[in-house]
Amino acid sequence: MPKTLVIHPERCTACRACELACSMKHHGEFNPSRSRIQVNIFLEDAVYIPTACTQCDQAWCAKICPTNAIVRDQATLAYKVLDDKCVGCKMCVLACPFGSMVLFPEKGKAEKCDHCLSIDGDPECVKFCTPQALEYLDEENETRLRQMATALKLKETHAYEEVTV
Amino acid sequence: MGGWRGKILRVNLTKGTSQTETLDPKLARAYVGGRGLGTKILYDEIDPAVDPLSPRNPLILATGPLTGTNAPTGGRYMVITKSPLTGAIACSNSGGYFGAEMKFSGYDFVILEGRAKAPVYLWLNNGAVEIRPAEKVWGKSTHETEDRLREETHPEAKICSIGPAGEKQALTACVINDKHRAAGRSGVGAVMGAKNVKAVAAKGFQSVQVARPRDYMAACLATVRKLKESPVTGAGLPKYGTPVLVNVINAHGFLPTRNFQQGQFEGADKLSGETIADTILVKNKGCFACTIACARVSTVKEGRYTGAGEGPEYESGWALGIATGVSDLGAVTKANYLCNELGMDTIEAGVAVATAMELFERGYVPESDIGRPLRFGDADALVWLMEEMGHRRGFGELAAQGGYRLAERYGHPDLFMGVKKQAFPAYDGRGAQGMALGYATSNRGACHLRGYTISVEVFGIPKKMDPFVTAGKPEVSKLFQDVTAFVDSTGLCLFTTFGIGVEDIQPMLEHATGAGYTLEECLKVGERVWNLERMFNLKAGISGKDDTLPPRILHDGIPEGPAKGMVGKLTEMLPEYYQLRGWDASGVPSRKKLRELALA
Repeated sequence: MPKTLVIHPERCTACRACELACSMKHHGEFNPSRSRIQVNIFLEDAVYIPTACTQCDQAWCAKICPTNAIVRDQATLAYKVLDDKCVGCKMCVLACPFGSMVLFPEKGKAEKCDHCLSIDGDPECVKFCTPQALEYLDEENETRLRQMATALKLKETHAYEEVTV
Repeated sequence: MGGWRGKILRVNLTKGTSQTETLDPKLARAYVGGRGLGTKILYDEIDPAVDPLSPRNPLILATGPLTGTNAPTGGRYMVITKSPLTGAIACSNSGGYFGAEMKFSGYDFVILEGRAKAPVYLWLNNGAVEIRPAEKVWGKSTHETEDRLREETHPEAKICSIGPAGEKQALTACVINDKHRAAGRSGVGAVMGAKNVKAVAAKGFQSVQVARPRDYMAACLATVRKLKESPVTGAGLPKYGTPVLVNVINAHGFLPTRNFQQGQFEGADKLSGETIADTILVKNKGCFACTIACARVSTVKEGRYTGAGEGPEYESGWALGIATGVSDLGAVTKANYLCNELGMDTIEAGVAVATAMELFERGYVPESDIGRPLRFGDADALVWLMEEMGHRRGFGELAAQGGYRLAERYGHPDLFMGVKKQAFPAYDGRGAQGMALGYATSNRGACHLRGYTISVEVFGIPKKMDPFVTAGKPEVSKLFQDVTAFVDSTGLCLFTTFGIGVEDIQPMLEHATGAGYTLEECLKVGERVWNLERMFNLKAGISGKDDTLPPRILHDGIPEGPAKGMVGKLTEMLPEYYQLRGWDASGVPSRKKLRELALA
């Protein structure tokens, strides 16, 4: 079933527990700079935006990879990097418009958020996100829920009254 | 040892040099880190009788083994030095991001020694160290300093700095990091100012590793869940922040009002967590790795005083508002913002204003000295004096030295509400006897963060005790003091203890360090640290005779309300407390106790 990592920036409290959980799971150490999810903190504006790979449908990283090391999981539709195929050429790093592909010199392999598919398919960041700014959800159901939430917002603000066709 | 980078940075400001030293694993094992290990280093390296504002008093920035990890609230750092306010040991603790970033930059501890010839700041750049000129930011607010230094260093550098108050060595000065978080108490900002150090900026890409990662993460996750399920850490604090206490303590009748002249404030609800949530609150925010997220991001858009920032916290809103009789939330919040920007401890600064107000109203300080009337409840006077104090101008020059100096200068030291020259926080000890004992015996002077017996006396965590009763309080006080000293040494926030206990922290500490800590030993560490602080103070000339309370608290009953007639019954508790501590009748630790704690 297609899955999605849903990010709710308005719920984020900027604690960065997700960064720590991610770096521990994938690197065995606490190091926010090694995390695949990053919390972007705009302190003065009280805006905290976690960002991670969006798992593009047309994934430029995968398309450009000369060794086909970036593959899509057919069940969840997330992409992961096959370490034994990756040669560390960094083409994916160049191709990704969001900075979601990273390559750490000591490892020599590209990395991206793969919803922890390379380990157990249970995203660690979500487990540690107390305010539930991160959720790992069924994509189709989530889409419908979002539509319903939008409709609810419209209803509550009576904004629909101003909508003219 | 897991949890540590294993490195101490020692900076000689006089010579402009720095060197890296190895963290001694044996010492780290015995004192855990942070408050404990920092105190041990200070105790071993200086004569406690040293002049706190002289180059011979070092300023230690200390993290704990859990700082920079996923343990909930694992982002604390502490500023340890000899206090110029009290002359006793100082250890001020702060959250935000700076502590963790200092560790990611490569250092567990940073020790600042000597005095720079001209203003400098320290740039910890992923293991590289630079002492850079700070003339450009000298005189600037902490906020402007952070913005300017991020431009000069790294856009994501985390910074701790002093404001104009610290530069001018005001004894109310604190160290501010991440703009709104404070290592607040005991005048640690004045020590940084005396060293000509404006700020420390850090950015790093280094890792913190733990001994048993899988077990550690499991222990952290279990703790996260417990904190979420607790009504205090999972609901009350995130929703209303610490000011949720305003109405609670007011209802109990020991909310110190107008410099402790009353125990209830008629304007309390205007400053309550509930009112803040309904009016100026933008959202709640967490410090590094904190799953509680009690910070109040706020904006004041209406009224005479507008602005944006964080706060007020319970203590800040109390000191700046209730202690001064000011119920205008906008003005109190503005005063809080000014404290953060000018670098002053909100408690010490607020109580200084309250002291000045009582001195003025009683006619002990002439209006000509102040330059204007200074009555309780005057919101404009509060905001005005805060600016004057932050810049040490006019009457603010003396007021910025805190309530004790002010009351002493005008011949009425009895009107200073505090212990060991440090102001009381927001609980009147007359209404909560455990706090009265805790204030009197706290090693850094009056403080609520050295043994928070309100936990049992109000919340019933872990059990309920009558706040007016003295029986059993010495035992609880001692236990809480030891637990707190332990928690402060780990790098966790004390607020975790509303939802978890030492039995939850011990597994995290053990799996992080792999050093073999047992539950019993964790408490033993706390007791060791407490006794070491006591030894420091004794050598600094502070003794059992200073374990006392102001005459108002000891002799004058609270005039009305639920705690009417109550006084601080210190004599009923102090001898038993000394006995439980294994100290003699004058409050000196016995040889036996020191040997038991491996301190002698």
